[in-house]
Amino acid sequence: MAEALLSLSDIVVRHGDSTVLHLSRLEIRRGEILAIIGPNGAGKSTLLRVMGLLQQPSEGKVLFQSEEARRENVLLMRRRMASVFQEPLLLNASVYENAALGLNLRGLDRAEIRRRITPWLERLSIAHLSSRRVRTLSGGELQRTSLARALALDPDLLLLDEPFSALDPTTRESLLGDLQDILKQTGVTTVFVTHDRHEAFMLGSRVGVMREGKLLQVGPSLEVFTRPADESVAEIVGADTRIPAVAERSNDGVTRFRFDGGVAEATGAFTSGARVIFCIRPEEIILSAARDREKPNHFTVKILKIIPSTLHYRLLLQCGDSRLSALVTRSSFMDLGIKEGDDITASFEAAAVHVIGKE
Amino acid sequence: MALIWDGIVTAFALVFGGDAEVWSITWLSLKVSGLATLISLVVGIPLGILLAMTRFPGRSLAVASVNTGMGLPPVVVGLFVSIFLWRSGPLGFLDLMYSPSAIVIAQVVIAFPIVAGLTLTSFQTLNPNLGLQLLGIGASKPQLLWLLCKEARLPLLAAVMAGFGGVISEVGASMMVGGNIRGQTRVLTTATVLEAGKGNFDLAIALGLILLALSFAVNFLLTHIQQREQIRWPKPS
Repeated sequence: MAEALLSLSDIVVRHGDSTVLHLSRLEIRRGEILAIIGPNGAGKSTLLRVMGLLQQPSEGKVLFQSEEARRENVLLMRRRMASVFQEPLLLNASVYENAALGLNLRGLDRAEIRRRITPWLERLSIAHLSSRRVRTLSGGELQRTSLARALALDPDLLLLDEPFSALDPTTRESLLGDLQDILKQTGVTTVFVTHDRHEAFMLGSRVGVMREGKLLQVGPSLEVFTRPADESVAEIVGADTRIPAVAERSNDGVTRFRFDGGVAEATGAFTSGARVIFCIRPEEIILSAARDREKPNHFTVKILKIIPSTLHYRLLLQCGDSRLSALVTRSSFMDLGIKEGDDITASFEAAAVHVIGKE
Repeated sequence: MALIWDGIVTAFALVFGGDAEVWSITWLSLKVSGLATLISLVVGIPLGILLAMTRFPGRSLAVASVNTGMGLPPVVVGLFVSIFLWRSGPLGFLDLMYSPSAIVIAQVVIAFPIVAGLTLTSFQTLNPNLGLQLLGIGASKPQLLWLLCKEARLPLLAAVMAGFGGVISEVGASMMVGGNIRGQTRVLTTATVLEAGKGNFDLAIALGLILLALSFAVNFLLTHIQQREQIRWPKPS
């Protein structure tokens, strides 16, 4: 396992009487991209400010490169980091002056600053705007300037606080793609806070899930998205189908569960009578017109609602008293020729079910 | 009309004729009010920043006091500064009464709340997260303050103009603590009052015009600096 660049232990942040962040332990490993997701008010930005040594926690310790952050060394440590925020606040000056600001604050000479800034202005496609005043820029250009300002510092730790959430979808896509390439090429250790699970999955090598000031789960992206630790995490990572079920019997590593809508199988051995939550990601549910409900994990369901989006159709399905959520591509949806109120067969693999409960 | 015209002619004659007394009065006015403005900036800007960026018990009271101070009547300031500097007053041992220093003190009392109040307002117009973002790219605390001052420079220049305008034009305090002593504490405003009282309207108008020209010149310079960065609003279609 890679060495920890930043460690947080027993961190508590209070605002008045309320605790906005409570974290027992978190390590940022050198070279990783940790994406933190969670709903608004989960404490993500507070966590990032604590990591960036921009906010002193009410309790707990922050270690940067194995050294505890204290008043005497906090500036030196902060100068090994760079933060980019949702709203890029730049000085009333040119793009170049803003991009050069962090290097200027470190007392570098002009030639060195120019040498370090120019490639980033080019890399982020804002070299042609270099002499423009920032108040004439678009939101995307402002955020690119803000990124150039941070990346030119060649930081050991890059902290990104929802940098794309205020941008229009096209600009966001383009900037997200650029950032993905840059992070890959530079290998800079990054903590990326977002409320968008797609951004988190796209950028993060590890994902942390937060709610109400607590870190509920942290682990490799795929694991967190497919094996959420609890129902709350499942909801945040988009495992929309969550059904209470009771284990009946296990055989050869597969357990039969009864739920309000039928009997289903999931991989794993569970004690008979165990009460669990069945989690299935919407893309794991397969819809077909064929009536083969006799097969395991095949159910006849009623289509309650069809929600179209640019890439997919989301379908809310009724199975007994349980609700399922499925995603189908536009072409599959057209092939199925379905409408709200129709009955259809929904199925899923036993391995696609993630069971939350005692194994 | 003839009176005003005579005044203008006299003004030009005095200024361009090199009248020593008028030049010394003008120079003293500029020195006293310039120094008072400078001291007010040194005291008022940090006070304004402190009030804008920190929270402490009694802050509202302090802000209300500064705001009240922005409209202090110069005569009242003159009265209290006189009491303090009077021979038997708490600061009488300094022996400053009826000296240019006394005028500077009174003018600082008039100008620093104006500077502090406008600094407070200008810092409160900055986005509070700007400071956090500057710290986030490695600014030290002094660098942060310097950058925030630079960012608020346009309204801060307005504070300088208002401070200087407030003291160069006041007469009550200068009269009370300076005494309008010829060759020592006579400044443009007190000299204007004196000459008008004696019926020398041409001289009074001349002094008034010089005061006006001086005030305009300083404000023009500061306005020029300020307006170089004017935001160009789009024309309505």
